[in-house]
Amino acid sequence: MTEVDGAHTVMILDTGESCVCKGNESVLHALVRARKRIPTGCRGGGCGVCKVEVVAGSYSKRAMSRAHVSETEEAERRVLACCIYPTADLQLRIIGKLQRAVCRPKQAGA
Amino acid sequence: MAMTGVLRPGHLQLRVLDIEKSRKFYRDIIGLVETGMDAQGRVYFKAWDERDHNSIILRQADRAGVDFIGFRVLNKLALDRLEQAVQEHGISTERIPAGDLLETGERVRFELPSGHPFEFYAEKTHIGNGLGMLNPRPWGAAADYGIAPTHFDHCLLYGPNLDATRKLFTEVLGFFLVERVLAPNEPIGGKDVAIWLSCSIKTHDIAFVEHAEPGKLHHVSFRMPSGERIQRAADILGMNKVPVDIGPTRHGITRGQTIYAWDPSGNRFETFTGDYEAYPDYEPITWTFDELGYGLDYSLGKLHETFLTVMT
Ligand code: FES
Ligand SMILES: [Fe+2]
Repeated sequence: MTEVDGAHTVMILDTGESCVCKGNESVLHALVRARKRIPTGCRGGGCGVCKVEVVAGSYSKRAMSRAHVSETEEAERRVLACCIYPTADLQLRIIGKLQRAVCRPKQAGA
Repeated sequence: MAMTGVLRPGHLQLRVLDIEKSRKFYRDIIGLVETGMDAQGRVYFKAWDERDHNSIILRQADRAGVDFIGFRVLNKLALDRLEQAVQEHGISTERIPAGDLLETGERVRFELPSGHPFEFYAEKTHIGNGLGMLNPRPWGAAADYGIAPTHFDHCLLYGPNLDATRKLFTEVLGFFLVERVLAPNEPIGGKDVAIWLSCSIKTHDIAFVEHAEPGKLHHVSFRMPSGERIQRAADILGMNKVPVDIGPTRHGITRGQTIYAWDPSGNRFETFTGDYEAYPDYEPITWTFDELGYGLDYSLGKLHETFLTVMT
């Protein structure tokens, strides 16, 4: 019902927030534009920090790194938000790793 | 100082998720010169002012990151000597035949303690920078096409065993330490979490950060001719909606002016200029961990969280 000019609603189940994703933009792009709390990194499907689990809705996708998303995970809709484009309203959970806490010194250099 | 051993970072093979998209990106936005494609489908580029056939090689793969980094050495004698020194240091080496990479001679390959495949070679075909070798013009059209860096300058790699990596580079391969970042709460001279190493008079030809996972790429850096050209690069990134990580700003470490941004596969790249000149007799500069934010981004003094967490 939000489908206006190819736009869809994306809802983050972790926070209950939602935003509008325009026809040609990635889910991550929409979430960042709407300033929703989601981990953001390379935006190219390479670093894996923007991983989400899509619980409801459909999307198209582009190549994402197998270092972060196995074929099984991709089939089970655990994917990188920067590589998916909604084709219907989506509901998702954030499972990516980038957190505010990462800048704490003890994390450095692992 | 005459350079008689390792000369410069010569090539780096990058994994990309979509070769056609990446090819357009490196050619038309970065502004590298495409010089070939091999039977495996790898695409070869050089920066305009480089004279050898290739420096950045793209390979289509199912994950992003770096396959290997190669440094050019002076000649075959230097290649043999380095191979022997690496073996005597307890690291096994292999020879990759000439021609495996287009227009490139035999390579000596081994694995760094950080988990990165690393190699030396003595021959790569000179194709020139397009300006000629006799009474050349100072620049041509390629100097303005896209971001148009002049050279592949260095890379920053993440992996384990930083101390062993420093030892290998400084005691065996002829590099010297230029700058270092101490681990949190370490005294001066204590354990490092990051090192910048030079084999020339650049502040770094390669750099490393201690990291649990081996073989990771933080960024591939391209040399720009000026700070104004960094600002122009920032404009081009904006015009093309390329995701930018940091900058334009100045690194406190090496004092270079910089932008970090990401290619279409999520590999970070840098446009870089304006660092100081370093010599092998210089004492290394030390940064404490609590000032690393200034080391990374001198105007904001901010340790951007992506610096330690986003890599390929
Ligand atoms: S932001 Fe790096 S994979 Fe999505
Ligand atoms: Fe750099």
